[in-house]
Amino acid sequence: MTAVTDRASLKHRLAEKGVDRVLWLLVPGAVFVVLLFVYPFLYGLQLSFQPKGGGSPFQNYVTFFQDEYLAETVWITLRLGLPAALFNVLASIPIAFRMRGRFRGKRALTTLLVVPITLGTVLTAEGLLAFFGPTGWFNRIWMALGADEPAKLTHNYWGVLFSLIITGFPFAFLLTLSYLSGIDPTLEQAAATLGASRRQRFRTITMPLLAPGLAVTFCLSFVLAFSVFPSAVMVGNPAGETHVMSIAAYETALRDNDFAMGSAIAMLMALVMLIVIGVVLVWRTTLYRGATGGKG
Amino acid sequence: MKLAARPVVWLTWGALIFFMLNLIGIVGAVVTNSFAESWFGTWLPNGYTGKWYGEAWRDYRLLDVLVVTFQVAIAVVVISVLIGVPTAYALARRDFPGKKLLNVLFLLPILMPPMTYGIPLATVLYKFQLAGSMFGVIAANLVPAVPFVVLTMTPFIEQIDTKIESAARMCGANTFAIFTRVLAPLLVPGILAASILVLVRTVGMFELTFLTAGPTSQTLVVSLYEAMSSAGIRPQQMVDSMAVIYTASMLVLLVIALRFVNPTQLVTRLKDPA
Repeated sequence: MTAVTDRASLKHRLAEKGVDRVLWLLVPGAVFVVLLFVYPFLYGLQLSFQPKGGGSPFQNYVTFFQDEYLAETVWITLRLGLPAALFNVLASIPIAFRMRGRFRGKRALTTLLVVPITLGTVLTAEGLLAFFGPTGWFNRIWMALGADEPAKLTHNYWGVLFSLIITGFPFAFLLTLSYLSGIDPTLEQAAATLGASRRQRFRTITMPLLAPGLAVTFCLSFVLAFSVFPSAVMVGNPAGETHVMSIAAYETALRDNDFAMGSAIAMLMALVMLIVIGVVLVWRTTLYRGATGGKG
Repeated sequence: MKLAARPVVWLTWGALIFFMLNLIGIVGAVVTNSFAESWFGTWLPNGYTGKWYGEAWRDYRLLDVLVVTFQVAIAVVVISVLIGVPTAYALARRDFPGKKLLNVLFLLPILMPPMTYGIPLATVLYKFQLAGSMFGVIAANLVPAVPFVVLTMTPFIEQIDTKIESAARMCGANTFAIFTRVLAPLLVPGILAASILVLVRTVGMFELTFLTAGPTSQTLVVSLYEAMSSAGIRPQQMVDSMAVIYTASMLVLLVIALRFVNPTQLVTRLKDPA
């Protein structure tokens, strides 16, 4: 008899903490994430400490930083990823601002801005090569305007940067627009009745409310730009100027069949990315994080 | 007066138009070339033909590739909804110890570049000899898809009033009935939105498919990449016409998606001002 009440009370106490039968619904999701994400990640992590050629467990990491060609990939990737993400976020702010409120053709313009998502990296790459190439339309106009020689914009850093901007901008724009639409416009109107100028309203009302969202947008844009792979191969110079970390990881793992070293590079990639995102998110905690007055 | 006072506005529109012109040039160059007889160093090609589409369709076996792409995408959508929606329900409705950890675990696959977990995942799949099969490709694509469904569905479920469920229970409905007859109809718009976004992401997902696909399990993006990197034997126009086919199918998906998903309400769900 007592055993039954004990069990009942345990069940009761668990339910008070939120543990009841509903949690069974979590099982498939949890099993999935452990099996297909956590396990492979940990497997890769331990594999990276078992260098192919034997030696100390940290051999792969030591090799990475001693080999200049590999160590350099960190800076190459950051030099592409950070400007691309920053540009995409900064460029979406003024455009998103124009898109607030209701006006004719808003839906059409939004669609037009989002269309680059559909292009895919290959069409973008082909297009960049054809359009910005030495005999492409851009350079024809450029020469007609009086330039001495065609601008070199493909098979180097610039080609990859353009490609990252074209594919990354729609995402940054959609997120920024979404955050901006969540800010109650009456806040700004109230400030306007108190005599705040346009600039003051932007600096003291809209920007502080938007900044946390921009931090998230920057993080997501950076993740997209940081994992650049196909465009760095096709419009870049994959052996030199745009030898990014993902190319190095792919080539060592699947071309040279050194999965241990490939995993080590992948882990370093995750680490660099987490550091950048960590810095941004720590900065975000210093910002205002309350309701933005969206009428949800 | 007002025009002169706002140079920022003019600058914004000017920059946007410049960006759009370049974009049109980039897309236009590919579309023009896919219809070109031949095109070397002139403003426009010296003849137009539609034959490259037919040749690309045959040579790259695009029908097979499209069937594979469709199968992978549908499988990923169905499985990620089946796993993701119940998870999102439990996360939205209950506060339990360890919830934060689980939330982080479901956020990480979206925050990580696909390459970082794709390479270890491909290694594991090779170990169990699953790489190269359809199963491997579907499993790899599920990794970001399930968390994506969870993330988009959790706020959606949170806004459904719990009183509705309590009322159904009062009237004698069991848990299964509540799910199928009360929650499911209310969740349909959210599930539809999440599925379409997952579909677009899966069709466009390059890295994970590239790392895990074999010759018979390539999706359209990957075979497009392979076609471009092994170009040289075949004329450029064929790769371009294949790229146009890819973009056209993505465009159809996106236009459908935008009918169901309001892009401005991805983060905050506010009602359209009347």
